[in-house]
Amino acid sequence: MTAQVASFSLYRVGAMVLRHWYLLRSSWPRLLELVYWPAVQMFMWGFLQLGVGKLPGALAGTVSTFLAAFLLWDILFRGQIGYSISFLEEMWSRNMPNLMISPLRPTEFVIALTIMSVVRLSIGLIPVTILAIVFFGFNFWSLGLALAAFFANLLMTSWAVGMFCSGLVMRHGLGAESLAWSLMFFFLPLTCVYYPVSVLPEWVQPISWALPPTAVFEGMRALVIDHAFRADLMLWALGLNVLWLAAGAVSFLWLLRGAKTSGSLIQIGE
Amino acid sequence: MTAAIQAEKLAKHYGDSIAVDGISFAVAAGSITGLLGGNGAGKTTTIGMTMGLVSPTGGRVSVFGADMAREPYKVLHRINLESPYVDLPHRLTVRQNLNVFGMLYGVADLRGQIERLAADLDLIEFLDRPAGKLSAGQKTRVALAKALVNDPDLLVLDEPTASLDPDTADWIRGHLERYRARRNAAILLASHNMAEVERLCDRVLMMKRGQIVDDGSPPQLLSRYGRQNLEEVFLDVARDRRKAKEPAS
Repeated sequence: MTAQVASFSLYRVGAMVLRHWYLLRSSWPRLLELVYWPAVQMFMWGFLQLGVGKLPGALAGTVSTFLAAFLLWDILFRGQIGYSISFLEEMWSRNMPNLMISPLRPTEFVIALTIMSVVRLSIGLIPVTILAIVFFGFNFWSLGLALAAFFANLLMTSWAVGMFCSGLVMRHGLGAESLAWSLMFFFLPLTCVYYPVSVLPEWVQPISWALPPTAVFEGMRALVIDHAFRADLMLWALGLNVLWLAAGAVSFLWLLRGAKTSGSLIQIGE
Repeated sequence: MTAAIQAEKLAKHYGDSIAVDGISFAVAAGSITGLLGGNGAGKTTTIGMTMGLVSPTGGRVSVFGADMAREPYKVLHRINLESPYVDLPHRLTVRQNLNVFGMLYGVADLRGQIERLAADLDLIEFLDRPAGKLSAGQKTRVALAKALVNDPDLLVLDEPTASLDPDTADWIRGHLERYRARRNAAILLASHNMAEVERLCDRVLMMKRGQIVDDGSPPQLLSRYGRQNLEEVFLDVARDRRKAKEPAS
């Protein structure tokens, strides 16, 4: 009855994407939540930008980056949350052992979660970018090709962190769930979302530059304020992201092995 | 012929606590083997290691010749599990759940397989209902349908009739007997229902404190302990109140 089992199968990836699509489709509160918080924050930063932008001097120029910074931060945060929530849904529904005893490979699982993070992010972010045009005249999409570079780099970071957080929850159970929600905020001050890296104390700056999103946010400011696309920053972020993704994948597999050693996969429902 | 399950000196320790203590057993293809023991006897950990969910501390367990700690993906498409400690996604309908798991197992003619399972397990009327809105008996039947979606050669069942009314439980047992006969599948059954074990199992492994303390067919165990039913045998073993008249072969 079963087909020959391949070591990698897009069909199994598709099965997992379908599983989460069924879930999203069946739950309007889940869909609403995807748009709700980004919309609330976009309005907050949009009005702040409008208010401060009326002040004279250099500050007005700086705040023009607030909306772009917020929207890029939201890609980073929602990308990771979208990844982690799809994983947590398996834990909440006590379905993880069913998946782990199926032919689904960890690689396929991770790819399915990655696809779902893009799906969830798109559902949340696209309407909010349209609202930003309507209410504040800010066209996020006008960033053009640079936006694609920002988007790709931020998503890669979000997946790396998502993999790590999912591994932690698998290894330590739902007690570690709060980390999935809060870990990204650890990077908020260090990645200099709303201010340049030069603001940080000198000894913190190397740490900041080791975080891929820092280069993206610096690149965004260069684009919005100086109208210059900094390809060097994007390449730096890309290089770091390759390392981060590798670290995320290794940590996920290592924590999965730890879960099998500690028996936490059979204690999920108990 | 390769055994469905072959465990050799299989052990699992959690720190100082010994969950499974170097057990060896084999489950033949086409047989139904019962795994009996009180709470904490090591049944769930043994099942976890058999399914590749738990890594052994020592020894090995292989399924159809594949070491489950090292190469589980060689055989995972041929086995399946039903357990009350595992659920299906509640918001997905029964049909959606079976569709997803059928895809994961690479089931050919999945639509036809879902229709057959729905007919066999009497699921037709709630195929399009969310799994979380079913009664306990209906959920058990759906979980069994998921466990049978790939027509497994090894079916592992942990308390398959727990919390079911006698009629539904009897109906499930009948279905399992027919499935074994039709597919010549091996079934490993952990249960606290002694009547169920007596009816279904060709062989029973009695576990206590992580060890297999007795092993035989239900009639052999009854004769060995001089008892009328397996419940009395279970109590003898659990309470150390009577030793077997003759040792297990």
